[in-house]
Amino acid sequence: MAVSFSNEALASDGAADSSESVPLHTAGTEAPSGSEAPAATELTAGFEKRFPGGTMIQVELRRPADPFSLTVLFGPSGSGKSTTLRCLAGLEKPERGIIRFGDEIWSDAARGIFLPPQRRRIGYLFQDYALFPHLCVAQNIGYGLGQVAPPERRQRIEEIVALLGLTGLDDRYPRQLSGGQQQRVALARALVCRPRLLLLDEPLSALDAPSREHLRRQLRHWLVELRMSTILVTHDRIEAFALGDHVAVFEAGRVRQSGSVQQVFSAPVDLAVARIVGIETIERGSIVQMADGLATVQVGPQQLVASAPPCRNGRLDRDVYVCIRAEDVILEKKEGASLPQSSARNHLLGHIRSLDREGPMVRVDLDCGFPLKALLTNQAQQSMELRERDEIVALVKAPAIHLIAGDGSR
Amino acid sequence: MDFEAVWLSLQLAWWTTVTLFALGLPLAYWLAVTRWRLKFLLEAIVVLPMILPPTVLGFFILIAVGPLSPLGRGYEAMVGRSLAFSFPGLLLASVLYSLPFAVRPFTAAFAGVDRRLVEASWCLGVSRLRTFFRIAFPLSWAGILTGVILSFAHTLGEFGVVLMVGGNIPGVTRTVSISIYDEVQAVNYGTAAMTSLILLASSFAAVSAMHLVNRKTL
Repeated sequence: MAVSFSNEALASDGAADSSESVPLHTAGTEAPSGSEAPAATELTAGFEKRFPGGTMIQVELRRPADPFSLTVLFGPSGSGKSTTLRCLAGLEKPERGIIRFGDEIWSDAARGIFLPPQRRRIGYLFQDYALFPHLCVAQNIGYGLGQVAPPERRQRIEEIVALLGLTGLDDRYPRQLSGGQQQRVALARALVCRPRLLLLDEPLSALDAPSREHLRRQLRHWLVELRMSTILVTHDRIEAFALGDHVAVFEAGRVRQSGSVQQVFSAPVDLAVARIVGIETIERGSIVQMADGLATVQVGPQQLVASAPPCRNGRLDRDVYVCIRAEDVILEKKEGASLPQSSARNHLLGHIRSLDREGPMVRVDLDCGFPLKALLTNQAQQSMELRERDEIVALVKAPAIHLIAGDGSR
Repeated sequence: MDFEAVWLSLQLAWWTTVTLFALGLPLAYWLAVTRWRLKFLLEAIVVLPMILPPTVLGFFILIAVGPLSPLGRGYEAMVGRSLAFSFPGLLLASVLYSLPFAVRPFTAAFAGVDRRLVEASWCLGVSRLRTFFRIAFPLSWAGILTGVILSFAHTLGEFGVVLMVGGNIPGVTRTVSISIYDEVQAVNYGTAAMTSLILLASSFAAVSAMHLVNRKTL
């Protein structure tokens, strides 16, 4: 499966930024000559890794040379994304295939080439941070700077400590830090070595909910600030959506789809990806009519108008899955609703089956002849005085309805 | 009391411990990190001296250091003296006999170090050897100290192997436990009791120190 990330906006940003000099991102002193500019190196990987239990992962990835874009490896646990990250770091050795970083070959099983992690000049953040328990914060952060002259070492540590807000913790030991502080120390320890590529394995999953939300916002800010090329592994949709520029969706040891986050999350290529990216409503339907770039789809007793899916091989499958994100469903009370059927907007009559509060949001299960899920803010629900069994009109715009081929494959 | 024997035993215990520290640490680290399929065979060999009767182990070592074996002949050709019934021969026997008491605690200590810490060090560009000295060693010192104390105390008290390989030559191979045996044979219960009490006290002190160290690091 060939995979490439297309993101024009970021590609042009990257070109502009590569000419700026960004002090924190220049390569380390041990770097080979010619790496003064911010690293904008393409990573391509196509490899297989087998495990004794018989499971195997087969990965095809290409990460374009954007200086600071963030690629998310996203999928359920056990889908092979962490193993992929470990193979990229050199902590696992693929049995077949090639990993290439710019003109360096990191791993080539056929030719017996395998670069150990020490020589890849990457940063790796472990899920539980792996801080050295017998070293204080300052020693942990400076651990990888053994080759750097003391004055420069001190300056670099000060810079990163200031950026990540770790001032005053120098003499503490890891066990004396909160989870959020530990995470930042681990990040500082990796970033201070000025890696060419930063690999983050579930960086926020070990934190409690408030620190997780706080650090999620901060993390993206820091990485952009440092122009850091990053690959991040997560099973959390919110994290993938909030942090990523590109995403590769993993399932059962393979990359099922990759592209910009927007594109993958709104237009999954198949049923498996649609479920993994968490599309709330996925229903079987069949296309009854195609006209003017719009498809009319029969779902249960309802007919929906959707943007026409791209044709494959010049013909279109009649059987499709209809995917609708809950946040794209607008609810109106039945009385006073504008009922006339406008062309690109679906008005679906139905009733509320259940309302579930989830923090500031309310999940609404509707019956419109087929089960449809919607998402409202608490306020909206209260001002509309919605209750179970209320009659309701659900509005869904045609472009918000995504159709995928019905047999589940591409 | 036979001070000559006490002094000899202390020397033997010291040199045995030093040798086991130097050879046992790399062996134990390798055992702790390797994914080699046949590792269990080596682990079995390391533990074997714990199970084997000292006379059996002593017999094989005696044959190995004697003039019938290449090792014994080679040593004699180089040094000009026999390896059997000498202090170096005794040292070799002690090292093998106390091997499990050093290598097993070392291995357990290294295995207890979170592998991710080692990997984190590698990813920060630090070589495998430096990672050993900066991460694995400092985090396993309690287990290493346990191994050191155990090998010292165990060597101090060995009897069967020493008797088989070293004989009973005063000042050369007559260790403290053999001296006790001789005193009892000669019905000098007073002297035997004195020496035995010293061994008892020193062993108790060693094992107490070991447990204290391990409690503090919990």
